[in-house]
Amino acid sequence: MNRRRLTPGSVLATLSKHGFLIFLSVLMIYPLYYMVITSLKTRQEWLGNQFGLPQLPTLANYVQVFAEGKLPMWFRNSMTVTAGSVFLATAVATLAAYAISRFRFRGRLLFLNTMIALMVVPPSVLIVPLFILLVRIDLINTLPGLMFIYVGLMIPFSIFLLVSFFRGLPTELFDAAAIDGCSNFGVLWRIVIPLSAPAFITLLVVNALYVWNELLLALVFLQGEELKTLMPGLLMFKGHFFNNEAMVMTAAFLACLPMIMLYLFGQRWFVEGMVAGAVK
Amino acid sequence: MTTLPRTPARLRLWQSIEPYVYLLPAALFLAIVFIYPIVQIFRLSLFRPGEGGQLALSLDFYQLVLADKIFWRSAANNGILMLSVPLMTIAALVIAILLFEHVRGWKVYRSAVFLPYILAIPTVATTFLYLFGREGIVNSLLASVGLGFAAQDWLGNQALVVPTIGLMIIYRELGFGVVLFLAKLMSLEKEILEAAEIDGANWWQKHAFVTIPQMAFVIEFFIVVEIITMLSWVFAYIYSSTQGGPGNASHVMELYLWKHGFYYRSPGMAAATAVIMLTVIIALIVIQTRYRRYSLEEG
Repeated sequence: MNRRRLTPGSVLATLSKHGFLIFLSVLMIYPLYYMVITSLKTRQEWLGNQFGLPQLPTLANYVQVFAEGKLPMWFRNSMTVTAGSVFLATAVATLAAYAISRFRFRGRLLFLNTMIALMVVPPSVLIVPLFILLVRIDLINTLPGLMFIYVGLMIPFSIFLLVSFFRGLPTELFDAAAIDGCSNFGVLWRIVIPLSAPAFITLLVVNALYVWNELLLALVFLQGEELKTLMPGLLMFKGHFFNNEAMVMTAAFLACLPMIMLYLFGQRWFVEGMVAGAVK
Repeated sequence: MTTLPRTPARLRLWQSIEPYVYLLPAALFLAIVFIYPIVQIFRLSLFRPGEGGQLALSLDFYQLVLADKIFWRSAANNGILMLSVPLMTIAALVIAILLFEHVRGWKVYRSAVFLPYILAIPTVATTFLYLFGREGIVNSLLASVGLGFAAQDWLGNQALVVPTIGLMIIYRELGFGVVLFLAKLMSLEKEILEAAEIDGANWWQKHAFVTIPQMAFVIEFFIVVEIITMLSWVFAYIYSSTQGGPGNASHVMELYLWKHGFYYRSPGMAAATAVIMLTVIIALIVIQTRYRRYSLEEG
């Protein structure tokens, strides 16, 4: 026998460690796995085989979800709201973060500290006055109204993250550009933004995840059936088809799909965004 | 003759206002989305039409909220959900340390543990409704190990609904803690750990006395974030699964606020609830920063 210097104790420790981690991973992945396998079963098959792999995988549920539901419309609304509000929030936050990290002016620290304080304000405490306001200015039940609120809610974290990144950039570069006659805005546009791609990608991913998955505000500020975004839409869909589990799981999986793709693509950015601000 | 002396003055003026120009768009959004509503919740909750149609200062809305059993039930449920924070923190810490200790394939494990965090709450809640339903896999697993008598409708049971939702929240947010702690662990200096090993510290001593004290700030950050979550960011979990039921068994403060604002159409009640929630959060943060200042002074 090929004996190595492995004590029974250390082998056992390694095995139990992996055993535990595999068990944990299976638990964590199971709900998504369940969504996928259920979505591939016909209703008949699901009645007889609830937990096993589909014997005759079918895409019929996907066809039916698209045909019967308003899902494509909700999907488009979510895309519009996410893309528009994330882009605008990034632009607005970039300007502010640049001012905070490049200039010394009165109120600079106050502004930054306000950002940190606002990060803990839960959106639920804001919804009633915001609703009254949007009704008054006729932006209730419109995508721009909802986008406006998302932009505001994303700004504190976005500024915070960008300030901490901009501060790490070499100041010599800015000074050199300024001496060459570059205006402050020119420095931002030609030097700071191109150098900050990692920060922007992180911000984009974190903010897109937030808006795409957000429920409360979407529920309150868009009340027409045609106007819903995906998350309130999905819950309505669930209400209509609750007993057709395969259909509901198909819609749920589709609702998760864009973020799953983004996660597969750039897990690194999710991790960095989650960690930003806490570690350092 | 007239333009020459004006240019430097203009430049100086521009220089003094330039930073504020850059801040302006952000300040506008924040004023409308945060500041205005925060002022308004005080106004809406403190004033009600008195005699002669004039607004009069009154604490009626607060009295009504604080005398409402459903409000207290909601607050208690937020409190019960908070009990899952220590559990989640310890679990995340243990998992992060395991992954940190050069386990082969740690990146794969990390991906799996973090995955639930990117799934939208409504989809997670919908799936949990099926998995923990009468016909769900949890009950069939219980039956298969001879515990069929314990099988039930987990989210339809008055006593079990809040703990089951707590489990759902832990499921989704555990990965956030693991990723946070793991990132901090990887940024620690290796020398100190090696010194502890050379000095003969065992696994337990090494982490209890060397690793974890260095992580105090991140652990505290995670605990604070999760406590605030359990108090005031659980609406989506509740609304997507039980909508507060059965009865009012899983009612929470945000749902109470939402119902009064948009279902009973009583903005005053909703605003009073909002002020109470905000006050609790501010109080928690004040206590936490105080506590930290003292502990720093002692250290």
